[in-house]
Amino acid sequence: MSQGSMAQTASTPVAVDYNMDVVRWGALATVFWGVVGFLAGDLIAWQLAFPALNFDNEFLNFGRLRPLHTSAVIFAFGGNALLATSFYVVQRTCRTSLYGGKALPSFVFWGYQLFIVMAAIGYVTGVTQGREYAEPEWFVDIWLTVVWVAYLAVFVGTLLKRTEPHIYVANWFYLAFIVTIAMLHLGNNLAIPVSFTGAKSYSMFSGVQDALTQWWYGHNAVGFFLTAGFLGMMYYFIPKRAERPVYSYRLSIIHFWALIFLYIWAGPHHLHYTALPDWAQTLGMTFSIMLWMPSWGGMINGLMTLSGAWDKLRTDPVLRFMVAAVGFYGMSTFEGPVMSIKAVNGLSHYTDWTIGHVHSGALGWVAFVSFGAIYHLIPVLWHRERLYSMRLVAHHFWLGTIGIVLYITSMWVSGIMQGLMWRAYDDLGFLQYSFIETVEAMHPYYIIRATGGLLFVLGSLIMVWNVYKTIRGDLRREAPIGTPATVAAE
Amino acid sequence: MLLKKHHIVEKNVFVLVLGIFLTIIIGGIVEIVPLFTMEQTIEKVEGVRPYSPLEQAGRNIYLREGCYNCHSQQIRPFRDEVERYGHYSLAAESMYDHPFQWGSKRTGPDLARVGGKYSNDWHVAHLIDPRAVVPESIMPGYPFLAERELKFDDAQAHLETLKMVGVPYTDEQIENAKADLYLQAMADEDYEELLARYPNAATGDFDGNPAKLTEMDALVAYLQVLGRMVDFTTYNPQLNLR
Repeated sequence: MSQGSMAQTASTPVAVDYNMDVVRWGALATVFWGVVGFLAGDLIAWQLAFPALNFDNEFLNFGRLRPLHTSAVIFAFGGNALLATSFYVVQRTCRTSLYGGKALPSFVFWGYQLFIVMAAIGYVTGVTQGREYAEPEWFVDIWLTVVWVAYLAVFVGTLLKRTEPHIYVANWFYLAFIVTIAMLHLGNNLAIPVSFTGAKSYSMFSGVQDALTQWWYGHNAVGFFLTAGFLGMMYYFIPKRAERPVYSYRLSIIHFWALIFLYIWAGPHHLHYTALPDWAQTLGMTFSIMLWMPSWGGMINGLMTLSGAWDKLRTDPVLRFMVAAVGFYGMSTFEGPVMSIKAVNGLSHYTDWTIGHVHSGALGWVAFVSFGAIYHLIPVLWHRERLYSMRLVAHHFWLGTIGIVLYITSMWVSGIMQGLMWRAYDDLGFLQYSFIETVEAMHPYYIIRATGGLLFVLGSLIMVWNVYKTIRGDLRREAPIGTPATVAAE
Repeated sequence: MLLKKHHIVEKNVFVLVLGIFLTIIIGGIVEIVPLFTMEQTIEKVEGVRPYSPLEQAGRNIYLREGCYNCHSQQIRPFRDEVERYGHYSLAAESMYDHPFQWGSKRTGPDLARVGGKYSNDWHVAHLIDPRAVVPESIMPGYPFLAERELKFDDAQAHLETLKMVGVPYTDEQIENAKADLYLQAMADEDYEELLARYPNAATGDFDGNPAKLTEMDALVAYLQVLGRMVDFTTYNPQLNLR
């Protein structure tokens, strides 16, 4: 049924006055913040290889730029991708314009950009709560709450005035993302400001309770911001691009409810062997392992949608981005449960392995599925016949893929090596390595990682060029992908 | 079967929103709420006290510079960690930490018990130029901390706010906040009252620059108290089995 409604949407002439302005802005903001976030990430990767790059400067040191990088990628790049695609998908699948006229969606978009800028200025100038991925101070948090309520209102309002009988599956995921992030944001940012004219606040909770609240938030920023929202993206753009219905309607129901139920419990796996009581750690581990199933339910549903259309991967690099993204999603949602097992976590925790794991998800899944969606949307939004160049998309794909592979393999090696070196003993029963020796051993891997990151950045710059030329209306004269180069030359 | 009834959820926005909300709220309630209600969550130990105003100022600088991005403050109960860093961390040791700073990554070593391990001079030299004392270090330098005057004139307001969120500062501690802040970083003074209020606090001119109370003074004072509140020679873990 949901597939039926999509096909109908596609075949019916557009009679609805869709609000596409905000989607266009969101698509451009996604590209812009993506490049900013990737550049910041690559800079701090080089800083770890060559500390002179910190320049002894307070505004450029790793400690302040790392939150800038994580937030730029998660909230600015990822957030705008979700904003743009959710506003697009909810309009098309509900066959109605956005609720709130022109004003409310515009407020959501510009309000969100203001949140990003305020957060970014805070990071660089040292205004921070010191909570990973929840660094913005209390006044920025209040502003984000206002914007988020408006976002929820636009989304729910649009669902309410839909002209389709059913709410399409992509919207369930977007809705779960919006509702859950609201809860997490409020729960994890409870703080009392020292004064209403100053930036500093102190969190309501302390120590062990604060730690679990933070990782209840932190893990579900991954689970709902970076997973549920992007699954919504997958459920619209993969069937659309492959021109095939979603593989299984039943599977989508089961894995949706199982995913959102189980994810929330997984937070304690960030606190294994800490002062968090054991019962909470065990509970977190158990649910993290169970989470493997609904995660792969999503992967299977995404990949199997390609049934009968696999040949399109040869000729459509945009679809290739999305399908590779689902592959990376499957890989990192397998690696995650493995790392949540206490015995494995004892080795992996505090090491680069975690960093590699996060990036196989963030670069492989989040960024790739967003690139796919952006490449699909740009010609649609600007009413162009096609992208400026499909071959450039293919180049972007391969640069990005090689970059990710360099990144995650070097972090596997350095992370596992680091973990083993920390616990190594010599024949006399003494610790074999001082800490600084383990730092020294990381150097070559930090260079490989930063090189991988550089390739990823270069790929994203190719996207900028391609998007720019497409919007300008240029079409590159090139043979379609899949034709041999010799034929193309003729 | 339940799946056949799913159309009800798909056709009604409010049922969908309510269903999502009820589904996502359970895990957090089951895991987080008992941490506040179960007594054995935080061990009963002697010696853990609120931070002195100077230490708290230093802690705020630790946050501001994002030290938590590379340093953990949480020692796990493994043989190698206990040998490398000291006794495994107790929940009680961070009970006055707003926010907690357990960290998630060890690009640099754990700092939970760094207090007293190095001299003040070492910390100052290391923070100004890490590679001057550890040639292989990849830590950024923080020379600006030694030059900048500490801005914590509202120490009293900070302590009052911390009291509001549950740190048991006494009226006496709050009243003397500003005086204590300066006193702790002065060389060769009478620290008796200060040490009565904040036992085990490190005192003295931390940054070697008596002319000025700098951010470096505060940060080093904080680093020097880390892990030194509990006396582990008398700590009995059997009393706190969880």
